[in-house]
Amino acid sequence: MSLYQTQKLLYQLNKDVQMQTSFLADHEAILSDFKLTQEEHDALANKDIGLLYILGVNGQILMHFAAMCGLAWPEYIQAMRDALAVHGNVRAGLYVTTDGKGAV
Amino acid sequence: MSLVFAGVCSHAPGITGRAHMADPDDKETLYSAFDDMREALEASKPDALIVIAAEHFANFFMNNMPAYCIGAADEYEGPIEDPQWLGIERRLIPGNPDLSKRIIAKVMQDVDVAYAEEWKFDHGISVPLHFLTPEYELDIIPVNINCQGPPLSPLHRAWAFGQALRKACDEVPERIAIVATGGISHWPATPDSGKINAAWDKEFLERWCAGDKDALLSYTDEETWQDAGQGGFEIRAFIAISGATIGSQANVHYYRPIPIFAVGCTTGWVDL
Repeated sequence: MSLYQTQKLLYQLNKDVQMQTSFLADHEAILSDFKLTQEEHDALANKDIGLLYILGVNGQILMHFAAMCGLAWPEYIQAMRDALAVHGNVRAGLYVTTDGKGAV
Repeated sequence: MSLVFAGVCSHAPGITGRAHMADPDDKETLYSAFDDMREALEASKPDALIVIAAEHFANFFMNNMPAYCIGAADEYEGPIEDPQWLGIERRLIPGNPDLSKRIIAKVMQDVDVAYAEEWKFDHGISVPLHFLTPEYELDIIPVNINCQGPPLSPLHRAWAFGQALRKACDEVPERIAIVATGGISHWPATPDSGKINAAWDKEFLERWCAGDKDALLSYTDEETWQDAGQGGFEIRAFIAISGATIGSQANVHYYRPIPIFAVGCTTGWVDL
């Protein structure tokens, strides 16, 4: 797993409007610059916010990518909850959920 | 000249970005509390405002993560977030590189810090400034304490950093205000978002008001993560204020858990 590379891509994407435009037009061109596993590649290509959360992407990075992908805040939270039900808990990082039962 | 103001406040992006989803009383009382804090800040007539914020991957990443960093740019841009998402327009904010560099040099006498002549503000600074300096006329010096990418600086170093910052403020001729921003307990941007441990917050704020060094530094990161969530690591910002104001009483002026803002919303400042 190359969580570092996944987060680095998203960190750069969050800061760079031009990169966002490129990503939305042709995500493969961006993804090929990073050493990703197939699962990470597919999660990013499919804009699978829930799976990216399970892979361990820090929420402070992921929430901006979710917004970029058009998810409203409640949809973002729900995507992570849905992914917990499908995949089980977060595999790495600080953002492992305690119970997934926040108030909003 | 000296430190003329030292305070703390929340910086959660929901405070501005999800204001329309909040209970009107929650929103109005919090916004009013920010107004009170702005008046107290203005009454101290600062020449510059140091904002100690735990930033969230706007400038710093795990390729080169400083434990402590002070900005030294002549202007800053922010917020880095989508303006519509955050509810704050993107703009330039004035800095003061000469003052920054003098403060950095003095802090370095006691604590090793990184510095940055480029810096983009995220919600950690942009949300507080939206309320506290809405005209954006005051020179800002941003400070980051890494609270996101472990290994994190130990709490006693946050205290020491606050002490060093105070010493630096006292040695420059300008009137300096410091505001530290962050959450207390919160689980931001996770499926637990909106969970708030109000009892833990209350205990922490009692320790903060008393400036109780031993009690403030006794939390382990494991305990904080368990009881106060990922966002709880931002207590480092509060602790830096305590280190900067040893022997002074601090007061919490507003505290209310507001789940849609994902944090126990807080304002407080120190009797200097």
